[in-house]
Amino acid sequence: MVKHDMTNIIFAGVGGQGVLLAGKILMQVALDAGYDVKESEVHGMAQRGGSVDCHVRYGDTVYSPLVEKGGADYIVAFEYVEAIRKLDYLKEDGKLIVNRLAVKPVLVEAGLEEYPQDVESWIKENVKNSVLIDTKDVLKEVKSSRALNIVMLGALANYLAFDKESWEEAIKKTVKEKFVEMNLNAFDRMFKKTAGQLDIMV
Amino acid sequence: MHKKIMLGNEAVARGAYEAGCMVAAGYPGTPSTEILESVAANYRGIKAQWSPNEKVALDVVAGASVAGARAMAAMKHVGLNVAADSLFTLSYTGVNGGMVIVNADDPGAWSSQNEQDNRHYARAAKLPMLDPSSPEEARQFTRMAFDISEQFDRPVIVRITTRVAHSQGAVNLEEPKKAKLKPFERNPKKYVMIPAHARPRHLFVEEQAKKLKEYSETSGLNRIEWNSRSTGIITNGIAYQYVKEVCPDASILKIGMVWPLPDKLICEFCNNVDELYVVEELDPFIEDYTRALGYKPRGKEIIPICGELTPEIVDMAINQKVPGNKIPSYYGKLPGRPPALCKGCPHGYVFNVLKKLDLNVNGDIGCYTLAVLPPYSAMHTQTCMGAGIGMHVGFEKARGEDFIKKTVAVIGDSTFVHSGIAPLIDLVYNKCHGTVIILDNRATAMTGHQDHPATGRTLMGEETHELDLELLAKACGVRRVRKVDPKDVETFERVVKEEIEAKEPSVIISLRKCILKR
Repeated sequence: MVKHDMTNIIFAGVGGQGVLLAGKILMQVALDAGYDVKESEVHGMAQRGGSVDCHVRYGDTVYSPLVEKGGADYIVAFEYVEAIRKLDYLKEDGKLIVNRLAVKPVLVEAGLEEYPQDVESWIKENVKNSVLIDTKDVLKEVKSSRALNIVMLGALANYLAFDKESWEEAIKKTVKEKFVEMNLNAFDRMFKKTAGQLDIMV
Repeated sequence: MHKKIMLGNEAVARGAYEAGCMVAAGYPGTPSTEILESVAANYRGIKAQWSPNEKVALDVVAGASVAGARAMAAMKHVGLNVAADSLFTLSYTGVNGGMVIVNADDPGAWSSQNEQDNRHYARAAKLPMLDPSSPEEARQFTRMAFDISEQFDRPVIVRITTRVAHSQGAVNLEEPKKAKLKPFERNPKKYVMIPAHARPRHLFVEEQAKKLKEYSETSGLNRIEWNSRSTGIITNGIAYQYVKEVCPDASILKIGMVWPLPDKLICEFCNNVDELYVVEELDPFIEDYTRALGYKPRGKEIIPICGELTPEIVDMAINQKVPGNKIPSYYGKLPGRPPALCKGCPHGYVFNVLKKLDLNVNGDIGCYTLAVLPPYSAMHTQTCMGAGIGMHVGFEKARGEDFIKKTVAVIGDSTFVHSGIAPLIDLVYNKCHGTVIILDNRATAMTGHQDHPATGRTLMGEETHELDLELLAKACGVRRVRKVDPKDVETFERVVKEEIEAKEPSVIISLRKCILKR
């Protein structure tokens, strides 16, 4: 990609983790900040219990809704294996943010395949710009595992140039009204928890 | 002008609303489903409906058009196969109110049984086809399509692909036109296609094709973006965006109207660039056309014909970019995450029994098709909507009554209503003995729980007559119709054994609501 003002972010997880909503909120933040923005996602059969990803790109003018391999500034992975699966999209100096969680696929549960045990240590050794975050505590505090997507955004927000209020505005515009307060709370907790200390969490 | 982030499919719905569309019909199918859902949710003035299948939907839309309303049908690529019979003759009748058919292709077969390239339909049915490359163009082109339809008296196809349908972007919201009925006039020479009427209408179709070709040259839907003339790329749809991204210095002929193609523009472009390329997803549609005009572009020799394109595929093909990444790859094997039936899915109980009894299973289209995969591995044929019951008949015709005792056909409730009824009639009519299991989970589940005639609810959320599948099967001539809850595994297994042994046709309605449905 020739443009340098472009920011490319990939969210990766599994069906039901709220990956697409995370992308939608980021898009809203970028649009409100005056950027052109595009996103790409996959619906339908591929979504049933499968891997789900969502590419978000923003800049002056965005053409492709897909990030090119080796072009992602950030990959935000909602669990270990999906982080590994997306690695060929990461820029050499791109950042990998990984939720410390293993979601076992059906075939692993059925004993037909194995879930690798060393993903976390492998990432620490091999991906220099990686950040592993604990989301369990925050999710417990807000009493909702469904806020995982917002919690992941809370961590990501520390890296991006948007102010906290614009994230909160976008959350208000995007999530269902009765969940707004809980989600704002979840965002705030992870934002503060990780502010200024993300890089030393590796 | 107000800007809003929209999914490509939502932008199509918005375009129809802005154009004053009054009637919209379709059948759910990825990647097209959200078009009608968005119409029903956001533009309540449009009468939107799920029809039993795409052909019915297109006929409804044609009727609305002839009656004077602007109307839109929406379906996935294989849905247009179902509606194709109507499509080819609607090309002859033309329209009264603007008629737009939105067709969603699925390169990559993310959620489909094939990767067919429906641009061929436009050429074969002699219909104009627009091919937007972004959500904003999806809105603009859909809106324009209604005007083109009325101006040239042609149904217009708007073709989107998965990466346009399911990508989001900023969309400009324009003021809607006021929806207005045109007068209905009896005109059998235009709307009754007996051979004596069809022949002159064919002449009309060819005359309009010439006018549309002129429109294709000058409307701006097809346009040249001059840049360096050493490289020229003809491209359309989402591929345009990838080309803009990875070849910022090249000259581009952007094809937004993919049929009819603009000969003069193509020649002007080809005559003024050194290296000529065509970058398009799926078939060499524009490439073959350009070759027929006497040029020799590089196209499918470097751009794959199978699967969807990505920016890196285009980058590799045109710029010889070497793939490679400084980030190391994980050394081990990663577990797959194939789509699977949900925990507690009613289909799971059914397929456990079919697997245990070691039956051959003629399958169909829906979530239950996933039973072909482990841990069930219990489906042995599946082609397209409604095919399973007809194949079941063929199994018996080929291998006889004893063989069919070891075989069942399975089909979902929505799929059965879509195109399973005629083959069930065939099964009885042609004296077969097979057993058909209707997997009734009370929804079109795979595409997101859309309603259908047997759920008793419409797309607009109204209560309606609930089609009784048991009565329907009986009316087809099946005397043995059993309704069983598959979660009662013992009973279910006993019923299956009894029905496959029966010396006459039988239908088992396996009734349990989808686990995800509230």
